[in-house]
Amino acid sequence: MRGNVRNVAEMKPGEVGVISGFEDQHIGVKLMEMGCLPGSTIRYNFKAPLGDPICVSILGYDLSIRLEEAAAISIIS
Amino acid sequence: MSSRKRLKIALVGNPNSGKSSLFNCLTGLNQKVGNFPGVTVEKRVGYCTLPDGRNAEIVDLPGVYSIYPRSLDERIVSQVLLDHRSPGTPDVVVVVADATNLKRSLLLLTQVIDLGLPAILVLNMMDLAARAGISIDIGLLSSKLGVPVMPVNARRGTGINELKTLLTQPVHAHESPIFPIREEVKAPVKALRDTLGVDNDYEAYLFLEQPDSLVFLSPPDRDKVSAIRTKHDFFPGKFQGAETIQRFGYIQNLLNAVTLKPADDAWKHQSRAIDRILTHRIWGYVIFFAILALIFQSIFAWATVPMELIDELFAAMSGSLQQVLPAGPLSDLITQGIIPGIGGIVIFVPQIAILFGLIAILEETGYMSRVVFLMDKVMRKFGLNGKSVVPLISGVACAIPAIMSTRTINNWKERIITIFVTPLMSCSARLPVFTILIALIVPNQRVLGLSLQGIALMGLYLLGFAMAIISAWVMKKIIRMRERSYLIMELPTYRWPRWKNVGLTMVEKTRSFVFEAGKIILAISIVLWVLSSYGPGDKLTRADEYVAQETSTISLTEEELEDRVAAYKLENSYAGVIGKSIEPVIRPLGYDWKIGIALITSFAAREVFVGTMATIYSIGSSADEGDATIRSRMRAEINPETGGPRFTPAVGFSLLIFYTFAMQCMSTLAVVYRETGGWKWPLLQLVYMTGLAYISSLVVYQLMS
Repeated sequence: MRGNVRNVAEMKPGEVGVISGFEDQHIGVKLMEMGCLPGSTIRYNFKAPLGDPICVSILGYDLSIRLEEAAAISIIS
Repeated sequence: MSSRKRLKIALVGNPNSGKSSLFNCLTGLNQKVGNFPGVTVEKRVGYCTLPDGRNAEIVDLPGVYSIYPRSLDERIVSQVLLDHRSPGTPDVVVVVADATNLKRSLLLLTQVIDLGLPAILVLNMMDLAARAGISIDIGLLSSKLGVPVMPVNARRGTGINELKTLLTQPVHAHESPIFPIREEVKAPVKALRDTLGVDNDYEAYLFLEQPDSLVFLSPPDRDKVSAIRTKHDFFPGKFQGAETIQRFGYIQNLLNAVTLKPADDAWKHQSRAIDRILTHRIWGYVIFFAILALIFQSIFAWATVPMELIDELFAAMSGSLQQVLPAGPLSDLITQGIIPGIGGIVIFVPQIAILFGLIAILEETGYMSRVVFLMDKVMRKFGLNGKSVVPLISGVACAIPAIMSTRTINNWKERIITIFVTPLMSCSARLPVFTILIALIVPNQRVLGLSLQGIALMGLYLLGFAMAIISAWVMKKIIRMRERSYLIMELPTYRWPRWKNVGLTMVEKTRSFVFEAGKIILAISIVLWVLSSYGPGDKLTRADEYVAQETSTISLTEEELEDRVAAYKLENSYAGVIGKSIEPVIRPLGYDWKIGIALITSFAAREVFVGTMATIYSIGSSADEGDATIRSRMRAEINPETGGPRFTPAVGFSLLIFYTFAMQCMSTLAVVYRETGGWKWPLLQLVYMTGLAYISSLVVYQLMS
């Protein structure tokens, strides 16, 4: 059984979640500066052909992040 | 109106906000690339005349999301905006915002306002905002923010005249900060303001936050800042997250008040559909490699026509000047040193212009970030970054602009590795060397419909690329560096390229290549000319007599005699002396002193090889007959030890491998020195590449002969 804390790397294409926080503050600060704030919705669009990086939507625009960074974004879904 | 003060304007904004389009709209061709004082980052400056007759100097700063830099080129923004005491301090900061993504764009604006700089907000891409159904109360936004707001569409040029008029009016700095500094940092901020007399709290706070951005301060002042940081236990970055959240809280409230109608994402459907094809697991790569093939095709096929024209033009110029100018060392220097030197630079202009035009199109449409997206995982396996793809592709034209484009890579290790391996990509200067040697040793035959010579050329390019990748992998294993690598990159909506931007990029890149690389190539070609025109003793000045004595028994035409004199001169010049002295070192590779001279002269720039060969094999006076002559002379050259031809396949391949790997480009070394801030990396690169070339050529020659 999975707990209710998940991260973006565990999402499925097309899934939408709400950002609850960041596992890694270093990455978190950079993401927040681009509008990826706790409380905002994040949509997993698709992954690169080799599985990494992935494309997500926040604030209505598309962002490319690596799985490592995606794993640092906690979500409530 | 020179009596009135020139207005200094800085353009800042998020990447992909259309900032460069706005810059091009305001300045047109009236722009240049320079360097910021004290730092090595390129500075794009343009000029325009405002409606009141005043002259404005506009600086285009790199795209950033906030005042906190993440890469080398981003740091320049805080370096410029934190320095309020220099002649370069902007009078007005124009913050360019993508109107379809106002929330993200406003973060930087609130930071600029808090720095106490007079600011103007430009809402760009109003056409897309309209398409997205966004409606904003601009008047209310302006009054709530306390800064003038101007909607424009830089792609069409609408709103530009209104913006120019707005710039003529005085802009006042904001009085009260949007984000007051936190209670915990008030003491160090006060200490700093008392010591250095900085304008306001936020500026002082950023002085403490960004130790590396204070290049404009004198070393004692920088020490004072460090002392305050230590004394008050100030840790940079501690409150950065909290500041961002607080600023976005303010921005959200502001947007709630001024947004009449929020965005409707439906307008992005088209772009998403394109992405499904361009990032498809099969089609994505097929299209990417097709685009690469197109780039190579254009560099190697389409660029040859203008290149031949340039070549002929410079040969004709040398020829006619030789007849006009009085004979003497000065006119020799001009016709044999300077003009061919300049010609050697200008000949690469078509390739560089075409390559950067194509790259600009890929960037403008938004495709380049998809290339990074597709290639990131593969590149990381070799210690590189998805963003290394652009320098590696550019390296096929010229390593110099390629190395400059690595500044966008924010991880130090990945950037150094990219810089280090980029010169292994076969640049256009190697092409003339490859062409002539391949023609000499590879039969002009077709196998299965493919030209053998074409395959050989292709093989050399792949070899260079393979060696770049292998070297990167080795460096990844060697360099120990615990710096986090990350890739957080916007994938912008696909758009048609704006041809004006593409054209201006081509002009700008070509211009900086001609001047930056040109200076060095020109200087070296003059030095080489001196080395090959003068020599110890009187052998050169009395060459005519010596040759006449030697050849008195055979009858020669005047032209043949001249050729022999030229060859004799080169053999006895300083260059010839050096060539002979390195012969023992290069003999195991299959080279003699004549090839040695060519290796030395092509240290400045590889393509000099062909010209040197022409001189050595005494065809200087009939060089205008073209490659065929050089080739037939080289083919006829006899190796006195074996009695067979000098350019056997073993020697030819050994030379080809040498030129593929060796670092023979002064300009590249100079750029690496500038970009890495020291001699460590250029020297390592020189030793590594030359060593690699030597050993590989040795192996090839010994195996083949």
